[in-house]
This record gives sequence, structure tokens and C-alpha cells, in this order.
Amino acid sequence: MKRFVSFTAIVALVAVFAGTGIAADTIKLGVGGAHSGDLASYGLPTVKAAELVVKDINAKGGILGKQVELVVEDDVCKPEVATNTATKLVDQDVKVVLGHICSGATKAALSIYNKAGVIAMSPSATNPELTQSGEYPYFFRTIASDDAQARLEVDFALDVLKFKKIAVLHDKGDYGKGLAEFAKKFLEEDPRGEVVLYEGITPGAVDYSAVVQKIKRTGAEAVIFGGYHPEASKIVTQMRKKRMDTVLISDDGVKDDTFIKVAGEYAEGVYATGPKDVSKNPLAIAANKAHQDTYGAEPGAFFLNAYAAAQALLNAVEKAGGTEDIDAIVNALRTEPVDTPLGQIKFDERGDAIGVGFSVYQVQNGVYVEVQ
Amino acid sequence: MDLQYFAELFLGGLTRGSIYALIALGYTMVYGIIELINFAHGEIYMIGAFTGLIVATVLTFAGFPTLAVLVLASVAAVVYSSCYGYTMEKIAYKPLRGAPRLSALISAIGMSLFLQNYVLLAQTSDFLPFPSLVPDLPFWEPYAHIISSQEIVIISVTALVMILLNLLIKFTRMGKAMRATSQDREMAMLTGVDVNRVISLTFIIGSATAALGAVLIASHIGQINFYVGFIAGIKAFVAAVLGGIGSVPGAVVGALVLGWTESFFTGYISSDYEDVFAFIFLVVILIFKPSGILGRSETQKV
Repeated sequence: MKRFVSFTAIVALVAVFAGTGIAADTIKLGVGGAHSGDLASYGLPTVKAAELVVKDINAKGGILGKQVELVVEDDVCKPEVATNTATKLVDQDVKVVLGHICSGATKAALSIYNKAGVIAMSPSATNPELTQSGEYPYFFRTIASDDAQARLEVDFALDVLKFKKIAVLHDKGDYGKGLAEFAKKFLEEDPRGEVVLYEGITPGAVDYSAVVQKIKRTGAEAVIFGGYHPEASKIVTQMRKKRMDTVLISDDGVKDDTFIKVAGEYAEGVYATGPKDVSKNPLAIAANKAHQDTYGAEPGAFFLNAYAAAQALLNAVEKAGGTEDIDAIVNALRTEPVDTPLGQIKFDERGDAIGVGFSVYQVQNGVYVEVQ
Repeated sequence: MDLQYFAELFLGGLTRGSIYALIALGYTMVYGIIELINFAHGEIYMIGAFTGLIVATVLTFAGFPTLAVLVLASVAAVVYSSCYGYTMEKIAYKPLRGAPRLSALISAIGMSLFLQNYVLLAQTSDFLPFPSLVPDLPFWEPYAHIISSQEIVIISVTALVMILLNLLIKFTRMGKAMRATSQDREMAMLTGVDVNRVISLTFIIGSATAALGAVLIASHIGQINFYVGFIAGIKAFVAAVLGGIGSVPGAVVGALVLGWTESFFTGYISSDYEDVFAFIFLVVILIFKPSGILGRSETQKV
């Protein structure tokens, strides 16, 4: 009897081990970002991109014979939540993360990933320090950094629009302020431009009439705004209601259809920089079509960047032969080019994608049109 | 210095102050009657804005003229929000009337979170465009860059609401009952005042002014979402405390002082520290006048 008990115990143990063995036999891809709250419209397309890429790969037999499993966690775009989100993903044994979305939240999450040796790749976090500081060796992104956007905004204002007096505003957040600081620096370096006003505004305030009056008083020809669409639409609306025709130039936090919907007629003529138009790339067309077929809607912000990031991450995992050796994955990301909807990409030493950039768009008749 | 710039900032501050005042009136009235800081007041404001948006969209679609849309949307928002205010008091505050004040305060915070999340789930988390319901009048066009017709409407409605509330409190039977309840609830009850009715009415009036403000303000700003009530509510609460919570003219004075402080500080110094400065100002005023600008200090009964 005793022997029988120990025998069954062994069988049971083996069964348990076999069970966990089967459960662990997947490759986990974490997805962290804003999936609810004000900025959910930036984060949800990334989840959908990941779902589509993973579905595609799993249908073809997965990676190295293993199925890919998604682990999705919400950070609401808040740094204080993002550390929890990152910890949850690390606890679930995730080694590669697609995310996060907002720069502030990404920075917070990276402190956790760095310690745990987890690779994160953001489709949208554009704060320059994330790659340029060298503090986060396991961080990559499939979007150009903010100084690239600020450079483009300043060049556009000076070279194309031929403006001299420019007001620079920001929303005091990591993303907006970072961008505004670069714009200010580039304008000061250029003898043609003059920064007539540099200020931070309080996000969510009931009105911005005092700041708008101040812009008017300085006689600025254009406002470069670093921040997101809720504030941008309030500023442009109040400027137009004060009968000012000052041009608004902003960033990809504003290049969102919600901005046009909310600002309505006042959105007309606003310039915003955003990722290059890749609509002619056959892989992009296929990805958009897959989204349309699966979810019955047009994809949202950063969808293709996220799609490319998911592909690049999973490709690198395959080339590195699994998720055990983090350095091998990092090496694969730097050396193995991948064909993605953004074109063929690989990553430089700092983690920025080579071959990914920005264009200027303008709102014309209620849609963003690329300015040549 | 530059007189026109000063005038523009003055008018900008006046509008901003009037916005705060319309919301602050509800805080101050409820506090005056039952000494409860109704944290869910901002949410009543937000619900008013949503109701206004829905009604305005439907009516505009049906081809009503703008002025009719404005009036009907305001009426709908006022009625709907008042119902919410009334129900909220019955559900969340009345059962706690005998309980320590802290319990009612927690209940108010709970109510605020509940309503926020309810609108988030039932409606949307997106920002929604709010149509401009106050038309730009052609004859006013030369002055529109200084002060728009919408801003004039907001300022005049605030003034009118404040005057009417003051008359109501000072000269009607109901106003007398309100003052009695505010001074001593038990004594008022003994002399035959229907305290429950007075409290309900206070919540209804407070919610109505918030809803009226919501429609006008949302139409001025042009966008709403489920979170607008929280931020506007906090500022209005500060305004009510600054002016002396419990006092109706105090709420308006406090709101205007706050509006002007923010506007002038932004205009002449910097908007980076707008909130910092506004709150430093609050602290300084409360140090020298702990009961607010127009508040009366009460001796605590033992």
C-alpha cells in the first residue's frame, strides 16, 4: 500500500511537471500601454497590431515550433501605474514587451525592465532621452525621437512658411516639454528665427484665454505646441475665437483624428508632424487590410509602428533561438533587417530604428494631408 | 502699462472667474445648509454637460434654430442634473445625516468616483466636440477679439444667478427656512421647518446652477469628456473656500479673485506656475482670514 501511494505520488508529480512543461512551451509577448482613459486611442491600436501579427505567426506554426502568447497589461498612460504594469509582466515571465505608449509611462516601466533584463520596444514613445541617455540598453523603438520632430517643425516654419517670430508652448509633460525644449534650442541656434514666447500651460484647465492673449501680444506668426490633442484643440479654438490667424504647428500627439473631430472648423490649416506616409508599402496595405477584415474598422494611431515592432521583436526572438539569451535578441535586433510595413528596418546602437521618420501634415477639409 | 492688454486680461479673468462661480455656488449652498463638502458636485456639472450635448445634437439635427437649441438644451440639462442631485442626496447623504461628518465626506467622494466611471462606461472615454450654442452676433464682430458674445453670456448669467439666489435666500419663505436650517437644524425642525424639503431643494438649486454653467462653459470651450467635472470642481471648490464657504456672494467673489489671479499672473509673469501661484494666494488669504473673504467666523458650540 505504501509503495502504491509513493508510486501514485510520483506519477502525479510527473504529470504536474509535464503539465507545466506544456504550459510553458509558448513564447510570451507582453503588450503594455494606455488601453483605457484619455489616451486609450493611442494604445489600443498597438494591442490590435500585436494580435494580428501573432495570429499570423501562429497560423504559420509559431516561432521555433512554439506558439506565441500575448500578455496584455494596461498602464493608462500614467507613470505611477506603469511600474505596476511592468512588474506584472515581469512576474508572468515575459521577456520581450511591445510598449509602452506614452513616454512618461515608458520611462517608468523601463526602470523595472532594466533590472529584470527584459527587452521593451515602443511604437510611439518619442522622448529623446529614452535612447540618447544610454541608460536603457534594452530599449528600442520604431518611431523617430522628438528632436527629429522638433527639427522638422522648426525647419518647416523657417524654410517653408518663412516665419520669424515663433511662440513655443508645451503642456509641461515629459513628451510635450521635451519637444518644446528642442524646438526652442533649434530656433535659438538659427539666426532667422526668434522665440518670442516660451511657456508651459496647465493641461485640463478650463480655459487658456490669458495665454492666448499673451501670444497675441507678442505678435507671433506661429505657435509651436508640444503636447496632446485636448489642449491643442482648446488653444486653437480660443485663438480663432479671438479672431487671431496665428498658425499652429504641432506634433504627432495632435496628429490624431480626434483632434479634427473636437476642434472642428478651427482645426483647418493646423500643421502637425507625424510618421512618414507608408500607405504605398504593400506590407502596410496588407496590415491595414487585415485590421479592416478582423475588426471592421480603420486602424488607429501608431498601428503600423506597432505592427513593425511586433514583427521585429518576434523575428529577433526567432533568430536568437528563444527568449533565454537576452543579449542574443539585442544583437539580432541590431544586425538582422526585417521587412515591415514601415519598410526594411533594423536598429542602431542606441535603439532607434534606422529608416523611420516624420513628415509634415496639414488639416485640409477635415483630414490630415501630407505636405510635400 | 499697456491698457488694452490689461483690459483683455481683466475680461479673460472675469470670464474664467464666472465659470468657476457658476460651479462654486452649488458647493457653497450645500455647505451652508448641511456642512457637507459635496465632492460629487463636479460630476453633476459633467452630467449636465453630457445631457446638454445629447439634447443639442438631437435638436440641431432636427433643424431647430440655435437660440432654441441653447434654451432647450439648458432646460434639459438643468432638469436632468437636478434629478441626479436630488437622488444623490437621498441615496448617499440622507442616510448619513446623523453620522460623523467624515462618513458623509467619504460617501461624497465615492459618489463622485461612481458617477465619473458610470459616464465613462455608459458614454465614452473620448473627448467629444461640443457645438457653439451662443451665436456670434454680426454687430458685435468689431469687439469680438476683446470679448466674445459667449463670454458676455457667461458673465451675465453668473451675475443673474447670483442675484436671484440672493433674493431667494433673503426674501422668500423658502429662503428663510434655508437660513433657519443653516443656523440650527434641530431648532428649525422644532419650529416647523420641513428640513428634508429644504435640503432637497438646496441640492436641486445647486445642481441646476451647475448644469446651466455646464452647458454655457462647454459651449465656450468646445469639448467635454467624463473627467471635466473633476478639474472644474476642484477649482470651484477652492473658489468657494477662498470666498468663505457657505456664503453665496462669497463664492462669486472668491471665484472672481481666483480667475483674476490666474489670468494676470499668466499674462504678466508666466503660465508655468499658474496653479502654484493661485494656491499660494489661497494660503495667504486663509492665513489672514481663515473663514474666507466674505465668510463669517462662527464660534463653535460645545
